[in-house]
Formats: sequence, C-alpha cells, structure tokens
Amino acid sequence: MSATAQKQPSRQPVLEMRHISKTFGAIRALQDVSLTVHAGELHALMGENGAGKSTLMKVLSGAYRPDAGGEILIDGVPAATGDPIKARAAGIAVIYQELSLAPNLTVAQNIFLGNEPRRFGIVDRDQCNRRANEIIARLGVSFSARALVSSLSLGERQLVEIARALSTNARIIVMDEPTTSLTSRETDSLFEVIATLKAQGIAIIYISHRMEEVYQLADRVSVLRDSGYVGTLERADLNASRLVSMMVGRDLSAFYKKDHRPPDAKRAIALSVRGMSDGRLLKNCSFDLHKGEVLALAGLVGSGRTELARLIFGADRRSAGTLELDGKPVSIGSPREALDAGIAYLTEDRKELGLFLDMSISDNISMGVLARDARAGGLRDFGAAERRAAKAVADLSIRTRSAQANAGSLSGGNQQKVLLARLLETEPKVVILDEPTRGVDVGAKSEIYRLIDNLANRGIAILMISSELPEVIGVADRVLVMRDGAIAGEVTASVGEPLRQEAIMELATGAAQE
Amino acid sequence: MTDRTTTSVDQAAVRSRRLRTAFAALGMLPVLVLLAAGFQFINPRFLTETNLLIVTQQSSINIVLAAGMTFVILTGGIDLSVGSILAASAMVAVLVSLVPDWGLLGVPAAILVGLGFGLVNGLLVAYIRLPPFIVTLGSLTAVRGVARLLGQDTTVFNSDLPFDFIGNGSLFGIPWLVIIALSVVVLSWLVLKRTVLGTWIYAVGGNAEAARLTGIKVPLVLLFVYGVSGLLAGLGGAMSAARLYAANGLQLGQSYELDAIAAVILGGTSFVGGVGSIWGTLIGGLIIAVLSNGLILAGVSDIWQYIIKGLVIIVAVALDRYRLQAGART
Repeated sequence: MSATAQKQPSRQPVLEMRHISKTFGAIRALQDVSLTVHAGELHALMGENGAGKSTLMKVLSGAYRPDAGGEILIDGVPAATGDPIKARAAGIAVIYQELSLAPNLTVAQNIFLGNEPRRFGIVDRDQCNRRANEIIARLGVSFSARALVSSLSLGERQLVEIARALSTNARIIVMDEPTTSLTSRETDSLFEVIATLKAQGIAIIYISHRMEEVYQLADRVSVLRDSGYVGTLERADLNASRLVSMMVGRDLSAFYKKDHRPPDAKRAIALSVRGMSDGRLLKNCSFDLHKGEVLALAGLVGSGRTELARLIFGADRRSAGTLELDGKPVSIGSPREALDAGIAYLTEDRKELGLFLDMSISDNISMGVLARDARAGGLRDFGAAERRAAKAVADLSIRTRSAQANAGSLSGGNQQKVLLARLLETEPKVVILDEPTRGVDVGAKSEIYRLIDNLANRGIAILMISSELPEVIGVADRVLVMRDGAIAGEVTASVGEPLRQEAIMELATGAAQE
Repeated sequence: MTDRTTTSVDQAAVRSRRLRTAFAALGMLPVLVLLAAGFQFINPRFLTETNLLIVTQQSSINIVLAAGMTFVILTGGIDLSVGSILAASAMVAVLVSLVPDWGLLGVPAAILVGLGFGLVNGLLVAYIRLPPFIVTLGSLTAVRGVARLLGQDTTVFNSDLPFDFIGNGSLFGIPWLVIIALSVVVLSWLVLKRTVLGTWIYAVGGNAEAARLTGIKVPLVLLFVYGVSGLLAGLGGAMSAARLYAANGLQLGQSYELDAIAAVILGGTSFVGGVGSIWGTLIGGLIIAVLSNGLILAGVSDIWQYIIKGLVIIVAVALDRYRLQAGART
C-alpha cells in the first residue's frame, strides 16, 4: 500500500471496485463493473432504472457479496466483501432514499443510535449532545442536537443521516437520489453541505437521474447500462446528448416516437378541468386537454401532480372543481364513475395500487370489465377474458409463457403493460398515465412510448405525469408545470422550436419568478 | 432502482410461493389421510361406515360456518361472531318451530336472522370502515346477549320439531347434515370461482386499493361476504337446533368461530386475503373433525383434546406465516 501511495500520493484512490460481477440465479445484475473514486471527489453514477446502480452500491455497502473475481480496495488495500459491519468500519456509509431515522428520538440520539458514547456503562447524554453538536457544526447547518427528528423537515432529516455517517468517520458517502423529496431551498443547503464534505476530503458517490444536479456537482460521471460499465466522463467532457446516448445506448430520436400530429387550436377539447382543489395541497387547478393530444404534467415530487390526477379520476375527494367531458359537465365521485364516463388512470405505484399479484395475467387485464363481459346470473365469461388477454399479450408484446401465469411472476415492464392493457380494455376517451415508465427497462420503455403515440393517433386524449424531462420532451405535445399544488405555467412547442427543458425547470422550481 | 435484479428475485420468490401454496392446499389432504390411517391403527373402529358417518356429521356444521368464514378471510377480514349468531339463530329456529302450523318456518327464520346480523357486521366494516376484528368482536358479545335474551336465559325445547329430519334424517343413507354441508361447499365454489363477484372477492383481498381504482365497488363486496358469513351461521343455527331439538343461548356455539377459522387456515387460505380455496376449507374442517373423533376413540382425555386442538391451530398459523415468507411482496 505505502509503496504505491508514495509513488503517486495525490492519485491514490480512496476506493477502487474492480471487476465486480453479481448474479442472482440465472440473472446477471452486474457484469465486470469497475469504479475508481478519489478523496474529496463527487462521483456521479448514472444509468437507466435497472442498469445496476443500486446493485453496485449494495455490493459496496456489504449487503451483497460480489461473484468471485471481484474485489474492493480501500486506500489500495483489499477490503472484506459481503459484510455490512466491516464495510461501515472501513468508512463506507450509504444514505438511502427511504430515511431510516427514529422520529421520536432527538437528533443526537439518532446520530449515535446503536453506537452511543458511554460512561460507566450508561449512555453519556452530555457527551452525546456535545459530539452531535460538533458534527452538526461541521456540516454548517442550524438545528440543535436536542431537537426531535419528528420536528425536522425532510431535508433536515437527510442532513441528520449524513451526520450519522460522519459520526462513524465515514470517508465514502453514497447518496441515492438525495434530492427526490426535497424543496429547492433544502436542495441548495444539501449542496452546500456536500461542498463542505468534499473540502474535508470525503468522497461522495452520487446517484441521480437529474442532469442539472449532475452538471452542477459532479467532478466525474460514470455510466452503467444493462448491468455493465459504459464509461466515465470528466467534468470538462460532460454534455447532455453524450450522457444520454451512453445511458440509452442509442440515439434519442429513435428512442422516443412522436408520429401523431400535435393538435392545433381547432381540435376538440376532450377534458376540461376547472378550479380543482382538494382543500390541502391543490389550489384551483384548471386546464384543457384536447383529443389526440399528449399533455405532460411536469413538476417536482410533491408539487401535486399525482394528487391532481387522482382528483380528476375520483379516487380522492375534492373540495372544489368541475369537469367537462366532450363539452358536457360530468360529476365524478368515484373511480367507477370515472371509468364509466371514459376516464382511465394508470397508477404510479403498480405493486401497491395497481396489480393483483396473486391473480392471473388474464384476470388482471379483464378486472375492469368483468361485469360488462358477464353472462346471465353474474357468471364469468372466461372465454372473453382469454380473448382479451391473448389480444393484449400480442398487441403489447407482454412476455410471458401463459396468460394464466400470476401477474407477480412478470418483470416490471411487463407488469406495466398488463396495467396498460387493463386500462385500454375499458375503452377510455381520456387516459391519465402517472409515471408510465417508472421502473421498467429500456426496451419496454420504448414500447410504451410507441403505445402512447398510437393512442394519440386514435384520438384518445392523454395526460402524462412524468418526472423524467427527456421523456416529457420526447413524448409530449405540450407541458403543464405544477408547483406547490398549483399550475405554474405551460410550455408549448412551436414549429421548428422544440420544448425546452430549461423552461420547464424554471417553472417547476419557481426560478422564473425570482 | 434495480428493477432487473429485484424482478428476477421476485420471479424466483413467486415460483417458490406458488409451489408452497399448492403444497399448503394439497398438502393438507395427505395430512388428513395420515391422521385417518393413524387413528385406524390405534383403534380399528375408526374406519367403519358408522364412525365415518359420525365424523362427517359432526364436521358438517363447522364446515358450513367455515365456508362463510372463507369468504370473509379471502377479503382479508375475520368474523368472530359466527358462534354467537349460530346460537341466536338456533334460538329463533326453535321458538318459531313452536308456532302451531307454521313450525317449518323456523329454518328460513334462522337463516334470515343470521343474514341480518351478518349484514350489520358488513355495514360497519364496509361503510363505517371499522376494523373487522373489532366489529365482530363486539357482535360476538352483543349477539350472545341477544341469544340469551331470546329464551329469557333458559333452554328452549321442541320434542316435536317439524324440521328434525335435517338434524337426524338421511337421504339414500347420507345424513341431511352432510348433504347440506357439501351443497354449501359446492355453491361457495361456484360463487368464488365461477362468478364475477367471486373474482372481485379475491381482488379485494389481494389488493383492496387497486380494486377500488379498477372500479370495483369494494364496500358492496365486503357487505356481501359478511352477509354470507352471517347467513351460513344462521343455517348452522337451524342445523344445530334440528339436531338437538333444543337451543340454549348461553352454551350453544361457544368458540365455534375458532374451529371455523382453524378449518379455513388449515385449508391454506391466507390470513391476509386474496389466496385460498373452498376445497381447502373442506379438508381443514374434516381434519378437525377427524382429530376430535379419533382422539375420543383413542381414549385421549377431554383435557388433552383441548391441548392438541389448540396446538393444531398454532401449527396452522405457522404454516400461513411460512407461506407468506416465501411470498413476501417487495
């Protein structure tokens, strides 16, 4: 160790992951991935969902043991693999999307949870608070070690997690999508903390889908695709099209499909939403959706997009607002009434709110139209269900050995297609898609884009919620941007001038007003 | 995030879960056969025609209750009140049977009373959205009180019961009790597996919120299953009255709900809902009956019968857990 360190003192990486592969049964989740991270560096890790980022980080944190041949070196010394406790002792800390704090304990108690400073075998509360305050001071943030975690904002809780990592002398901190649920101000203060950590020589591996953040923060970016390592870009070489083509593996224009003709002002209005409020988050949301149009609903997480969709679909109770469908007022108080009126909704959370995992693919597809298909006496028409399933499996290329297999046996992309098939069986006039490509692989993604394009071509009006801006720009004709429960503005494309990502972000963050 | 890897893990989990579900439903049939063979070995009188008729007869009321319980547990609920409803319905059956010339109406009266109590349970669960355990724990106590009230806390008799053939008669050598229980099982199968409503019941149990978003009227489905459970408890009350020529509001049907739940769980129906079958419940009910009868024939004391039956319930729930672990939803 010392020999190499003396030859190249400044280039000694704090972490080297070499030839990491990981297989689960017949599935290869990682294939020969190598990653080098230096002290004081922010190393962004990018890639599509399912590319292997999280698996790689689980190998790093010791949650998974890599296949034979892979090794992890810390300060040039081979480290134990597959052991979370040894990984933590070696200075590796991971901050997950789902925070793991005890809300009813103080900041200090959380920081030292399971690792409390003791005197005579009893927790030394004074020392606990003092050391917690020292760490908090190091982060340059302004809450007390004695504050209850439940009184802190989400952003502050994340900082507590970082403080906990520092309390174990972590030198490599992994942040997995840390800004997903933060407000823009919280994001800014997180970025300041990140700068402080870097200055103290701590290496940060930063997983994010947000290009803006990566541009702003990263010293280097490594890209994974299809379980393999694609390459690493230095900060000077960063540019969007190169990054995206590294992640997607092909040209963007071939990936998104937009064959349908964008509607003009003359096109009839399919759905007209006026003054929607829920008495909590949503304030007076109004917009029109044209026939054959793909209207994207963009905005940060927590801006109220899903809440608005659920209100239109009748899934939640509204405090004010009216709907018009094809120019006629409709009253929708439940999902059943929405479906009967011709409005269908694809949930963003397919496992919790969408699928019946223990039921067959065929039953899942027909679930919304069972009563319509039923024979006399309420008996099931299994033939009809089979025909619907066979057609959907063929039309949407759902990959399964049988339509009688359980929906739970399908991959994420195919599960999503089953939900889309169920939605289409109700023959909707208006389709609301909530994050239609979340957690699906690249292949299924492009098939779903083609389907959306197809629906628009058939005159169906589509409202698509998406957090991925490239997707919004690639698929939508027009973009509504939400912020803090209200519609902040609209971004439209004109001839020769496509939708601009910056315009959407400005509206979403409120930067346009400042 | 790691969609690829988690789904592959899921697939393996689903495969092994299905194997275990099949094992849990089918796996109880060998248990039944083994139990029967064991008891036959201990006492050769076990596998005689007379004794087998006794076993099926003894299990028939529990199987009827367990069939209703299967509907409820498939939606992820529970009905603790069936024993009390059975007692109240039996009281009504005997009391109505005492009305001159209209005595036969005791049977429909008992069934309607059961249905009524079941619908009250269902209304509270479906529309007031109270937890099923709490609602039916309350009605377990309240309906028991009603049953006692009906007979002024005495036993009511009718030695000339107009529908006593139900409890003690046979058709082509098969006791009516057994015919009724089997008909209930077949009808339940028809509803659960062949009707739209049945599919909705599985859907509500599998994922109630997804069912609602799919346009299924979840409260109606819940009302139906608690109604069915109450109705079948009412039928059980009529069967019980017909067998005994009497009913007692205090003692009748005590802890019957536990035997019914045990039969459902032994039959492989998942306690969280969405997975299970009525045939499993039939086998579960038979296992409990064989156990009771066989232990008596083997000369095991009453006290030890309780202990062994209790252990069987625990083993049943352990099986449920074991199956769920394999199918843990990620």
